[in-house]
Amino acid sequence: MQQPGRAAEIKAIGIGKSFGSFRALDNLSLDIGRGEFLTLLGPSGSGKTTFLMILAGFVQPTEGRLFSDGVDITDRPAEQRAAGMVFQGYALFPHMSVEANIAFPLKVRKKSAADIKRRVGEMIERVGLKGHEKKLPAQLSGGQQQRVALARALVFEPGVLLLDEPFSALDKGLRGQMQAEMKRLHQETGTTFVFVTHDQSEALALSSRVAIFNHGKLLQVGAPDEVYDRPDNRFVAEFLGEINMLPLKGVRPSDYGSTGLCEDRAVSMRCKAEAVRGDAILAIRPEYMSISGEAAAGENGIAATATNSTYLGAATRLDLTTRQGAKVTVSVPNEVAAAALSKGNSVWLTWPAEKGFLLPHGGQ
Amino acid sequence: MRSYLSDRMGAALLMAPLLLFLVLAYAWPFLGVVKWSFTLPSPGLGQYEALLTDDLVQSVFIRTLRIAAIVTVVSVAAAYAITVVWVRGTPAQRLIAEFCILVPFWISVLTRAFGWVALLSNRGLINTWLQAIGFISEPLALVRNEFGVIVGMTHFLIPFAVFPLASAMRSLDDRVLLAARGLGSSRMRTFWTVFVPMTRSGIIGAAMIVFVFSLGFFVTPAILGGGRSVMIAELIYLRIFQSPDWGLGAAISVVLVLFVGALMALLFRYVRPNQLI
Repeated sequence: MQQPGRAAEIKAIGIGKSFGSFRALDNLSLDIGRGEFLTLLGPSGSGKTTFLMILAGFVQPTEGRLFSDGVDITDRPAEQRAAGMVFQGYALFPHMSVEANIAFPLKVRKKSAADIKRRVGEMIERVGLKGHEKKLPAQLSGGQQQRVALARALVFEPGVLLLDEPFSALDKGLRGQMQAEMKRLHQETGTTFVFVTHDQSEALALSSRVAIFNHGKLLQVGAPDEVYDRPDNRFVAEFLGEINMLPLKGVRPSDYGSTGLCEDRAVSMRCKAEAVRGDAILAIRPEYMSISGEAAAGENGIAATATNSTYLGAATRLDLTTRQGAKVTVSVPNEVAAAALSKGNSVWLTWPAEKGFLLPHGGQ
Repeated sequence: MRSYLSDRMGAALLMAPLLLFLVLAYAWPFLGVVKWSFTLPSPGLGQYEALLTDDLVQSVFIRTLRIAAIVTVVSVAAAYAITVVWVRGTPAQRLIAEFCILVPFWISVLTRAFGWVALLSNRGLINTWLQAIGFISEPLALVRNEFGVIVGMTHFLIPFAVFPLASAMRSLDDRVLLAARGLGSSRMRTFWTVFVPMTRSGIIGAAMIVFVFSLGFFVTPAILGGGRSVMIAELIYLRIFQSPDWGLGAAISVVLVLFVGALMALLFRYVRPNQLI
């Protein structure tokens, strides 16, 4: 976070934070790579924002150390860390014009007037605020305020940009637009971005890696497809999107990966049954399941009855119940759904072996 | 939807006693004062002409404006410091600040004025101590002059400046201050370039209230000025009760009321009434 213009590499070791008896963060260790776009994802109260505030220097951790480019910055106050930060609600200076807001961090750093003018001008151009230089924040739309906040946080070329739910106040269309813009800014500046959100689709769409938090613990870190397709535990699996869970018996390793019994039918998984033996849960995302008249020999499949359908335009969401009463949801082409419902009785749910994964039975 | 109308009527009914009281006890008698200013001792604009030419009246006006201006600056500055502690301090600091703000409210203005006389007079606490430690040989003239008046008025008016300031400071978004620090601004710089400008409406409100109150101050200047530092209200009193010069006293009153009214109108262009409490 010190040399301007150079993306920072951050290392958190054993970070913990207690507020009285409330444990906001517990033993968190995480490496944030130079120039990466890391998203901290979790429900409210999961500790993601607390961690962001610790990175910014606004909150002191009760335990652990924080390093930036190898330098211990745990006790360094926020104003000396100078990470760029975009707050929820933007926190613009209401009494300053757009220009003055963006110039603020440069003035603090005692840059020359000519330098400030040039860099502010460039930044205003880059975030598309030309013509709004003299306006006050209150005269701008939400999206424009967002751009000012981004420009102000990036103009002094911080090593890391911290973003606390920056899009939560925007409507859906604008949100998509700002997400694309932020991705572009990340590519252009090459700065390390740490982004907090509770919106899993936003996290998956934007990040190079996602860190999932719950109850003050970091549960899993990985690339979006990694955490989505191979979650370590049930919370991560459920938080990242809809998922079907089927009870599995007699799980054991096989040459291929692992096998088990699902409603008395042998099924196979590509993943290894390392931690899981005997009873387990087989988890499959709805979009990876399909419906057919009969499962081919050796194919993964169970029998189920369609109970309800919801037309979604491009596809239909079909709710089914298996013979042993498990509820399953699939997303299928509209005509397939119609056919399944009209049959009234049993259809086959099938899925490729590499799309199912094992979760420990019960618990998290 | 039940009753926008009847709610409004309810509100009007609740306000009626106050309005009636103001009309009967204030507006109506004041019209009488206005009448005196044009009729006593003889009908015409003579009293207003006298206002413009009378050296004593002019010097009292100027002194009043000067004292009010000084008291305003000192009170608002002191109140700002107290309010920062009251609104943003630790719980213990808040308690102490609250005590300092509220206790003066419970003590009458008269008591406080005499309290200051006891502290500031030639044989008062401050002069006695300063002489005892050998810091001065002759007592300092701390009272029966403008200095004493300013001290007493400032002390009285600080709490009135605190409320508009507190209201402005409370409505300030903490994240904006965090943002400033996150952008590299020291606490000092953040205070001066972000915190103070963002409480501008509170500063304007506090200054206007103190200034307007100062213009009409009577008891404190009468006691602490000792007749040597006469302000407008005391001059009006002297003209009406000690010299039979009702016409001139009335004319000064009218000018004072118009001036204060103009200031209030200006004040409410900048701040809403609910920001003042």
